[in-house]
Amino acid sequence: MAKGRVQLHGVMKSFGAVDVIKGVDLEIAPGELTVFVGPSGCGKSTLLRLVSGLELPTGGSIMIGDRDVTLVHPSERGIAMVFQSYALYPHMSVAENMGFGLKIAGLPKNLIKEKVARAAEILQLTPLLDRKPRALSGGQRQRVAIGRCIVREPEVFLFDEPLSNLDAALRGQMRVEIARLHAKLGATMIYVTHDQVEAMTLATRIVVLNAGRVEQIGAPIELYRHPANLFVAGFIGSPRMNFMDGLVDGAEADSVSVRLNGATLRLPRHNADVRPGAKVTVGIRPEHFRVGPGVDAGDDQAVEFDSVIDLVERLGGETLAHLRMPSLSDGVLVVKMSGDIALRIGTGLRVGVRLAQCHLFDAQGRAVGEPGSRAAVAA
Amino acid sequence: MRRLPLYLMLSIAALMVLFPLLVMLSTSLKPLDEINHGSLFALPQDPTLAAWTKAWGGACISGTCRGLSVWFANSFAIVLPALFCSLALGALTGYALSLRTARWVDMLFAALLIGLFIPPQVTLYPMIVLVREMGLFGTLGGLVFAHTVWGLAFVTLLFRNFFLSVPRDLLKAARIDGAGFLATFWHVMLPLSLPVCAVALVLQFTYIWNDFILGLTFAGPGQQPVTVALNVLAGSQFGQQEYNVNMAATMIAALPTILVYLLSGRLFVRGIAAGAVKG
Repeated sequence: MAKGRVQLHGVMKSFGAVDVIKGVDLEIAPGELTVFVGPSGCGKSTLLRLVSGLELPTGGSIMIGDRDVTLVHPSERGIAMVFQSYALYPHMSVAENMGFGLKIAGLPKNLIKEKVARAAEILQLTPLLDRKPRALSGGQRQRVAIGRCIVREPEVFLFDEPLSNLDAALRGQMRVEIARLHAKLGATMIYVTHDQVEAMTLATRIVVLNAGRVEQIGAPIELYRHPANLFVAGFIGSPRMNFMDGLVDGAEADSVSVRLNGATLRLPRHNADVRPGAKVTVGIRPEHFRVGPGVDAGDDQAVEFDSVIDLVERLGGETLAHLRMPSLSDGVLVVKMSGDIALRIGTGLRVGVRLAQCHLFDAQGRAVGEPGSRAAVAA
Repeated sequence: MRRLPLYLMLSIAALMVLFPLLVMLSTSLKPLDEINHGSLFALPQDPTLAAWTKAWGGACISGTCRGLSVWFANSFAIVLPALFCSLALGALTGYALSLRTARWVDMLFAALLIGLFIPPQVTLYPMIVLVREMGLFGTLGGLVFAHTVWGLAFVTLLFRNFFLSVPRDLLKAARIDGAGFLATFWHVMLPLSLPVCAVALVLQFTYIWNDFILGLTFAGPGQQPVTVALNVLAGSQFGQQEYNVNMAATMIAALPTILVYLLSGRLFVRGIAAGAVKG
């Protein structure tokens, strides 16, 4: 059964001289909720429009199910799309909006009514069927837009930043509704967002895009734990990962010694080519720091730094401290602590981190070690 | 009371505009004797509708003595098809141009706009030749064609600019729903453009109804519009001028446009606002 499977082979798209998508290969299994995520301008929306058929690729091919749909009209691809702006027809009622595609397809009226009623029930829109879009709230409009998709019974649902126009509270609520809908329908969904929280919470798999290329594909936690490169490491996770410049001291078959901020770290090496003297980047997530005097003293699996508190953000449930290090010339370090912790700006703070939670990237930005995969030893 | 100067100014302005109309109305209600011996501005002493009845059904124009009613019907026979053709064609052209599928589409639109700035008198002769070659000169079809062509630039401009303001996502949604070029126009774009339709309708109706030169040039005998008849009636050189009948005839000829304005006034304002504020 290949119904609902989506395959992209070497898909490229240029607008004039500008290459927006530079060759994307991707396979989405039936029933997956795949999230395209990336900074604005990375091509994620363009890639979605290529799948929808609203744009045609300048190279490569697209398969939906067992069909090559590269040049097939959007209405005949077996897709349905939810737009950021909802794109409801303002002069039609909710029921007419949802049934418009079926009406154009020439389905008999009673069948349309039946399908619309069923979709409305799933989305709890039944009491609103006779309303016009302007009489609905933002969340209701978005539900109608989703209903318009359900009615078409597509192989693939496409969502183009569907929650960006909603306020924060409603966004959280709609996110849960979409997750629930995916569980209920079991349909393949492709979801575009720039919000990594949406990506992390909704996705079966995340596709991280940057400058028209795929940076990494994987399950949310996999991307969080094992980012393949600096870009993904910096993009997934909030607040973003701290990066520190280090220098390779010595390289052995299965480990690398890195000089960093006065300490020497022995980190596992994975696949990249690292020689002594090479510049590397060490990445540590804010939530992986441990705070307090002598937290990791005597632990050869950890490393400690002295720092000065530069700024404190107290969020109640957690506290973010921005730290300066005397020997760290570039920027500040962000440390995330759970709970509300009173810290005084300008005072010293000793933070430690387990070596297993340090990420190492070579000069090209590729991951060198896989933290957590092997024990790292501090020299 | 602080607004008194405002109302005063407005009243004066309204009076200035309405005064000629009032004189026309009062004159049309006077018997001829009263006009010849009294002041032009005096109110009718003995109001009568005789002049109106004569203007409508009895005045002699170009040899027939059945009044304006015949010509009035002619005007409707011209206005209705011309209105329909120019609106339908203009809306569809405006929709096509608003899609901006290629760069030269905008150049095409610019070329069309030139048509807006050339008075019909300039292109009258080539138009006559064109209509003659089509074998339509002196027929109703020829006149309707001329009106449609001359109105097209303006109506197209109106619709194109409105359709440009329609969010592109709506067109994409329609495409995914399987609606093609015409289905999208008919089911989505046209219903959205009703206020613009009202504006185009009012302006085109006024323009075509009030037209004199095209009616005079292109209409065949017996098909000329009411404006031409009015000119014949008022410009008649024989016998005594019946000012009351002339005034009544002019009022009658102007009535449809006034009615169209009054009836569609609210839609009209909404349509003008639709360009500025999206509803």
